[in-house]
Amino acid sequence: MHSFSKKMFVVVSLFLLGGLLVACGGTQEAAAPEVVEVTRVVEAEPEVVEVTRIVEGESVVEQVEVTREVEVVVPADSEVTTIEYWQYFFDPRVDAMNRLIQQFEAENPDVRVIHNSDVPYADYRDKIAASAPAGVGPDVATLFYGWVPAWVDAGYLIPLPQDEFPPEMIAEQFSPMVQNSQFEGEYWALPTAVRTLALFWNKDLFAEAGLDPESPPTNLDELAEMAQALTQYDDAGNIVVEGFPVGVPGQAHHWFREVLVRQFGGQPYSDDNRTVMYNSPEGCEAFKYMLAFETEYNTGSNDLFEDATQAFLQGKSALHIDGSFRVGTIAKSAPDLNYGVVELPIGNDVQSTFGSYWTHGITRKAAEDPAVLDASIRFLKFITTPEAGTTWVNKVGELPAQLEAAANEDLLADPILGPFAAGLPYAHATFFVDESAQRQFIVDAYDSVRLAGADPCEALDEAAALEQELLDEFWANHN
Amino acid sequence: MSRLTIRQRQVVWAYIFLLVPMTFFILIRIIPTLSAFNISLHDWNPLAAEQTFVGLENYRQLWEDLLNPRSVTHKAFVNTFKYVLIGMPIQLVTALAIALLLNEITRMSTLFRAIFFIPFVTSTVAIAWVWRWLYQPQYGFFNVMLSFFGLPQQPFLKSPNQALYSITAVVVWQGLGFAIIIFLAGLKQVPETFYEAAKIDGANRWQSFWRITLPLLNTTLVYLAVLQTISFLRMFDYVINMTTQGDGGPLASTTTVTLRVYREAFSSFDMGYASALTVALFGIILVITIVQLKFLSRDY
Repeated sequence: MHSFSKKMFVVVSLFLLGGLLVACGGTQEAAAPEVVEVTRVVEAEPEVVEVTRIVEGESVVEQVEVTREVEVVVPADSEVTTIEYWQYFFDPRVDAMNRLIQQFEAENPDVRVIHNSDVPYADYRDKIAASAPAGVGPDVATLFYGWVPAWVDAGYLIPLPQDEFPPEMIAEQFSPMVQNSQFEGEYWALPTAVRTLALFWNKDLFAEAGLDPESPPTNLDELAEMAQALTQYDDAGNIVVEGFPVGVPGQAHHWFREVLVRQFGGQPYSDDNRTVMYNSPEGCEAFKYMLAFETEYNTGSNDLFEDATQAFLQGKSALHIDGSFRVGTIAKSAPDLNYGVVELPIGNDVQSTFGSYWTHGITRKAAEDPAVLDASIRFLKFITTPEAGTTWVNKVGELPAQLEAAANEDLLADPILGPFAAGLPYAHATFFVDESAQRQFIVDAYDSVRLAGADPCEALDEAAALEQELLDEFWANHN
Repeated sequence: MSRLTIRQRQVVWAYIFLLVPMTFFILIRIIPTLSAFNISLHDWNPLAAEQTFVGLENYRQLWEDLLNPRSVTHKAFVNTFKYVLIGMPIQLVTALAIALLLNEITRMSTLFRAIFFIPFVTSTVAIAWVWRWLYQPQYGFFNVMLSFFGLPQQPFLKSPNQALYSITAVVVWQGLGFAIIIFLAGLKQVPETFYEAAKIDGANRWQSFWRITLPLLNTTLVYLAVLQTISFLRMFDYVINMTTQGDGGPLASTTTVTLRVYREAFSSFDMGYASALTVALFGIILVITIVQLKFLSRDY
């Protein structure tokens, strides 16, 4: 009996101890002293090596860049500040950022940057949202420019210090669309690179259809004509090759708002971004133009071949509207695609494109520690220089955000990136308050016409009413 | 301690061992559930440092949306009930029919059971994607088959009228194996002597099914009905994987309450409203379960 109570005592104490450890876990971590490192492992300059891969049964020798880790000695008395940078996983972006971090650390031996990119694109916001209440997460985070107002409203980002990032400097040196990172009179984020939309065309499919593979459509009428000429059907009337599938959930909703509406003489939103205006008669004409490809000309659908982007990658569609970031995807997953890129077709003498960017902001968490804030500011400055933009364009295919680097002659002359860069001066970036909800309104308007037979203008009115509700709610909380 | 009887000691030890799973459940189940109630009373943005208490505002908004047939929340609730009302009965009837047949055969019955059970142990995401491809327009398996037999092709997941049923079919198919196994276990419990007695009294097979099998399977039926209803009410993974960009479309025709919860919480960062939705769903599940237990479990 005695030994029983002894056992009991041990068990109960173990429980108590376990509970105590759990309870203390958080504070112990926080109280840990800052580590002063003597040797650090960093990535060395990349080397090019040859790798043999098996592609579709054949072995292919490829030149691949590899980065090895080397140890670097840092003065023992230096205090190393660690900051965390987060972005979603997209191969070329991760490579480009690794390179920038490596350069930054070489210039700033007192800062170590943890690069967290192990987050799938679809989960990126979930992870941020999960990390914030726990008091962990990034000090510098990448975010879509359209998320800036929401993140600012939540108090997640701090305004960029004006002495470090003078607003005049940003207005003068950065692409005009970067103005959209300005909100409530402050800049909250700065991008390394920006993107525009352009028209991709498949040269082989042009040749197959008897069209000149070097003459893509340049205006809206040509686009409609060529799309029909390029579509191939089988005996049962099924589409074998799509002339032009309109991928509304992809990039075509941007094409509608910022390009077609303007080309048909309308305006997507009021100048103060408070009123939805794309449901004007002009806007509806633009909407009908976009719908006609699927409902009248039958040149393809986003429902076929998984979606419009996949169809183009698989060589199943001849024309495709997409951003410069797709260049990197094509190079990776469809390297043999024989394609060209041209500026978006002109309509009624109006040239326009949609501009957007992933930008970098400094979080509330970074601002809690002066050393971390200082390191974060230095890091943000470093990754937004013209040089960083050039590194980025070479790896990712996104255009440098700084005009100096974007106006580079080699870039403008590049057959693939040139048309995107040419779009920078006339690009428009939509002011989003809830990007996914606003996209869904256009997607639903489009679907209700093609799938449920709704009247196009009424469907657009419905979308505008819902979006206006969202905007009203947002602006009600702002002056 | 030393004055405890052996029985008492066993009970104490049992409680000590139960403490481990209890702690676990309290930490990862009970506390989060309670905190969802708390969050639903706030304008809760996960990115914000402080959350504003708004009382029942989220519930007022929810009620307004429920009454508005154009709102996605309204559609989500209607769809969720459709999944339950269509999916659950079909699943139970099909599973019972198959179980009765499997109960009859002796040769290769294990093989058949395995075939029906495999989908249940397969990852839902994998199943959702394979079926998404099977349902593809033009080149999907089903449309190729339809063309082969000279029948018109169908849009399936791409049509607001067919998508919900197409998804329900997959859920029924995947869950079938589990229901069959439970029914088989229930059937084994029915004493053979009852059937023999019925036979002697001149009952035909149909009569013995209605008078013996079904009444004695009642507990099994209730158990499965409750379980399947709850799982249909929580539908999420099929919808997010089988619709374009996981939007519950086309035209919100397949979206569910849980998908709304996820979108509100993580796309629109409105945790308060999302929590109000989960509380509402919790209430619905609770009421339905109580009603089912009360009305379906009769003593014979």
